[in-house]
Amino acid sequence: MAKRIDVSGLNAYYSSFLAIEDISMTVEPRSVTAFIGPSGCGKSTFLRTLNRMHEVTPGGRVEGKVMLDDENLYGAGIDPVAVRREVGMVFQRPNPFPTMSVYDNVAAGLKLNGKFKKSELDDVVEKSLRGANLWNEVKDRLNKPGSGLSGGQQQRLCIARAIAVEPNVLLMDEPCSALDPISTLAIEDLIGELKERFTIVIVTHNMQQAARVSDRTAFFNLAAVGQPGKLIEIDETERIFSNPSVQATEDYISGRFG
Amino acid sequence: MSHATLTPKSRSSLRGATLPKWFLWAVAAGSIAAGLGISAAAGLNSSIQWALIAAVLFVLGTYAISARVEGGRQAKDRVATSMVWVAFIVAVIPLASLVWATVKRGVKVLDGYFLTHSMGVVADAEVGGGIYHAILGTLEQVGIATLISVPVGVLTAIYLVEYGSGKLSKAVTFFVDVMTGIPSIVAGLFILSTWILMLDMGPSGFAGSLALSILMIPVVVRSTEEMLKLVPNELREASLALGVPKWRTILKVVLPTSVGGITTGVMLAVARITGETAPVLLLVWGTDFINANPFQDPQESLPMYIYLQFANSGGYGAAYDRAWAAALTLIAFIMILNLAARGIARWKAPKTGR
Repeated sequence: MAKRIDVSGLNAYYSSFLAIEDISMTVEPRSVTAFIGPSGCGKSTFLRTLNRMHEVTPGGRVEGKVMLDDENLYGAGIDPVAVRREVGMVFQRPNPFPTMSVYDNVAAGLKLNGKFKKSELDDVVEKSLRGANLWNEVKDRLNKPGSGLSGGQQQRLCIARAIAVEPNVLLMDEPCSALDPISTLAIEDLIGELKERFTIVIVTHNMQQAARVSDRTAFFNLAAVGQPGKLIEIDETERIFSNPSVQATEDYISGRFG
Repeated sequence: MSHATLTPKSRSSLRGATLPKWFLWAVAAGSIAAGLGISAAAGLNSSIQWALIAAVLFVLGTYAISARVEGGRQAKDRVATSMVWVAFIVAVIPLASLVWATVKRGVKVLDGYFLTHSMGVVADAEVGGGIYHAILGTLEQVGIATLISVPVGVLTAIYLVEYGSGKLSKAVTFFVDVMTGIPSIVAGLFILSTWILMLDMGPSGFAGSLALSILMIPVVVRSTEEMLKLVPNELREASLALGVPKWRTILKVVLPTSVGGITTGVMLAVARITGETAPVLLLVWGTDFINANPFQDPQESLPMYIYLQFANSGGYGAAYDRAWAAALTLIAFIMILNLAARGIARWKAPKTGR
């Protein structure tokens, strides 16, 4: 069920401001692709173009092609709501729905879309929570509010919520930046397991994390503030961190700038 | 009294002299005593005068003593604090005295009989009668106004916050602001000229409800708008990213998150229109008999009952007592609404507990 993403000639705008320019890359299925780069270079913006969340921002628009297997996400007649069911997303800050219990949070994607059977729901919730390595911690408090969990648990709850709708691709926007090292480790382990089933794209500011979890790494950069962000290179993670083909990548990774 | 608390100024730069906690109470008691003393000496007999003198003495006294003992910065801090206290008391006194006066005069005739009977065959000067017809009228008129205003107001607010951009939403915001400032008599005249004069309808509770909803809609829009803006954008994005359509996101995530605040806003708007007299006087006319049908013939309402009873009483007698009892009922009714709103807000608020 994991799908390949093929991006070509993608520009993203905020009103008239060009945020990212001419990005082309391939994201392999059943693998983890990490996006690294300095702040403001458009990693998150690019990530959000992959499930049409960019256009939710007022003034946000996109030019170019994003192929999910053989379907262009920006083609005519494509329903952004349907795209987001295929391409799930986990955000930087854990954002469980505050009015819902742990159970309802995980079931939210199915419940809010109104197509579920009561009997199946229990199974889906348990499976998703197990998938997110959270089941043992919350199985006795499924009816307690989701916002009562710790930050790391909340983030895994959000991952469980995202995988409960069985997407093909999972986008993660700095999922560990608000978490402590132990919760981070738990989520990194989880990413390793999830890549058996999903195509995973992760934005991270943590170079070690990119090196630990990803199979391929893409480096983004911008020429100057106010200039659009660009993809500098994408390659096997090992290559990027040992012998990148562009000097800027090496400078960034070794901490010489940015 | 402050000399006992004087401590020698310390040399340490981090440690300064501090006045004890009872200092403020002592100054307050001292200035009230001084205020009373000065007024007695000067032959002033208004309680407002001695209270003002005491308030000024309190602020000046805290400043002078604190400046001497604690230094300039702390003295300014104390002055700001004592001004806040004085302002608080000035704000509470009229409120408390109003409630006290209403309760004292209202309980005289307020009983079960009063709440369950109308004024049908009771002359103004006679003892007896009640406000059943007025309570019924108020409930129906306010209920219908709420049924009209809440959907219109909440949907307008949803449009403004979730969908609106550009000229239309700016225009809507502007007109809502303008509507907030409409005097209630103007709303009443508007309905009078359209509903009763142009469309040739008779006076009825419904006509009053129309005018009341003109007053209520902007309040509901404003408060709902503020509540919807408080919902974090992350929740909307989380829901959209799950492939939930926007309208369902609003219905199932945004509204439940803010329902407590919206309910509070609606209840406050209801409380505001319940006390309106002018439009009711113009459009519902009032009657001494029970009329349960809000769509035909004049009805009574609580504020109008109070006004008419008081106007016919000459300031004493049975009608005067009934006016106060009805006022107490009205205040109690609005207070119960507010308490209910708070209860709902607390019950529906997003839970954070473990």
